[in-house]
Amino acid sequence: MKAIVCVKQVPDTSGVVAVKEDGTMDRAAMATITNHDDLAAVEAALRIKDATGCKVIVVSMGPPPAESMLRELLARGCDEAVLVSAREFGGSDTYATSQILAAAIKKIGLESDDIIFCGRQAIDGDTAQVGPQIAEKLGLPQISYAAEITVEGKAVTVKRLLEDGYMMLRVQTPCLITCVKELNEPRYMSVPGIVDCYSKPLAVFNYETLKDDPLVDLDTIGLKGSPTNVYKSFSPPVKGAGMMLEGADKATCDKLVSLLDAKHMI
Amino acid sequence: MDLHLSKEHEMLRKMYREFAENEVKPLAEEVDETEEFPAETVKKLGKLGMMGIYFPKEYGGAGADVLSYAMAVEEMSKVCGTTGVIISAHTSLCCAPIFEHGTEEQKMKYLPKLCSGEWIGAFGLTEAGAGTDAQGQQTTAVDAGDHWVLNGTKIFITNAGFAHVFVIIAVTGSTVDKKGRKRKEISAFIVERDFPGFSVGKHEKKMGIRGSSTCELIMEDCIVPKENLLGKLGNGFKIAMQTLDGGRIGIASQALGLAEGAVEEAVKYTKERVQFGKRISEFQNTQFQLADMHTRTEAAKWLVYSAAMKKQNHEDYSADASMAKLFAAETASDVTRRAVQLFGGYGYTREYPVERMMRDAKITEIYEGTSEVQRMVIASHLGVK
Repeated sequence: MKAIVCVKQVPDTSGVVAVKEDGTMDRAAMATITNHDDLAAVEAALRIKDATGCKVIVVSMGPPPAESMLRELLARGCDEAVLVSAREFGGSDTYATSQILAAAIKKIGLESDDIIFCGRQAIDGDTAQVGPQIAEKLGLPQISYAAEITVEGKAVTVKRLLEDGYMMLRVQTPCLITCVKELNEPRYMSVPGIVDCYSKPLAVFNYETLKDDPLVDLDTIGLKGSPTNVYKSFSPPVKGAGMMLEGADKATCDKLVSLLDAKHMI
Repeated sequence: MDLHLSKEHEMLRKMYREFAENEVKPLAEEVDETEEFPAETVKKLGKLGMMGIYFPKEYGGAGADVLSYAMAVEEMSKVCGTTGVIISAHTSLCCAPIFEHGTEEQKMKYLPKLCSGEWIGAFGLTEAGAGTDAQGQQTTAVDAGDHWVLNGTKIFITNAGFAHVFVIIAVTGSTVDKKGRKRKEISAFIVERDFPGFSVGKHEKKMGIRGSSTCELIMEDCIVPKENLLGKLGNGFKIAMQTLDGGRIGIASQALGLAEGAVEEAVKYTKERVQFGKRISEFQNTQFQLADMHTRTEAAKWLVYSAAMKKQNHEDYSADASMAKLFAAETASDVTRRAVQLFGGYGYTREYPVERMMRDAKITEIYEGTSEVQRMVIASHLGVK
């Protein structure tokens, strides 16, 4: 058994969002972090490793600097990393990205008791589409929004977090699960983990590596293979500070009503 | 010459910072206020490999280097001086002498549990009459055939209330030096908390590092197995001095962290505080103060890192460790005092952390060799007699 985790390096939204003149994001000018939901996916896989001793492989598609993120995940306890990186893959939207990642997973090799973990969505694109699309392209059952995962042999039981409640589902491996950050508290890197992380295997899959897969065609990957067009990226205008009223007494309520009335909100 | 940190060191710094921000900083005020030893934090430190950073993996260590250890103490001390000294005393004063002078059996018995944080370590040298004058030892160890019998009292022992393993310095006899003078023969022992006749005495109430457990150790006919002699008989003073050389890197790192923490707090505060219709950071006095504070702190950092690298490379680092500790400790005291001044009245209250940092900083000029002792060591390395 092994766990394959798809992860993405995203801009650190606690910092400045830089936008280029053409409206696309200036990723090089922004500090980066591992996407929060993806860290939950990594932690879910590592907990299965703690319980079963299975191997955990992290996969990321991105430019070469994404290696630093993969090394950090190796320092948390993952065993191997794959960086999917090529000029041909640049500009991919969710459709093209899932074509490439599905091909990369096939290249790694999927066995009958394997589980693929993804974060629910990335904080930059917020689409929540890549995980489900990978499952479709690999013909695997998928469960999204996992808030609790139990693995017993080849049966995986997942509690899905929905807006108005929970849903329990059980699937057979191999399967794909997308995780929400509420699933767990990701562990820290450890000192011995950091000492070892540069000697753990990190493979780079480029266009040459994956080009024989039918999913990877120059018309279905990269900017050309992406049906999505980004119209504009921008920092939203800063909202003014809110006003807090405290107390449940009549005077406070009257004040609230008059404030809302003055703004024509009631 | 490359003054850049390696990728691994940068990654360690990132991890230490995340841990310090999330796990240590939120407790720092309470640890100081209640004088409670942060035992839960120590367990977490152990789990992440921070209680045995530079020891090899075969002894349960994390397999990193001395600089990685110095950086851990630095980053924890930025937010909590107590947590910094717990790691420092445990690593430098207990794990290190066992690793450097212990037999293979001693190393295999003690280091894995110390490095995992399951056991905490401490070091017993200081006595009521033997502080800076460490030769004035009164604690005795008598050979009783199949075991040693220790008698005496140690004071001001860091980590004592929570430690399981103690490296204890005691007089084992007398000897005559080259000049024909009678000298005490001093040896080192590994003593466990539950050895018969061993007890922990009075807990000191301190000005700073209040969550650190500082106590007396009392040995009344304490039975220590023969195999727990550390190093050769009569080598205790040398072991103690070498141990303190290493310890000074840890305390220098603690002082460095305290200074860095105070600069960070002062930069943040002076950019927010408004007086005379201006942020106080706009006043040139504030800018010059902060520039001086930062410059001194950076200079201290390179002295500390250089001493750590020399120890790692097995070079003679004794004077370097003393210079690092002297300069970093005096910097910590100066910088934290100036930070309180920049905060004004608020700096004197416990609402902000800088008064705690100022109290914590003072001890770095005193323990593991006062600043005066460091000057003696440095002068002797210059050949100035």
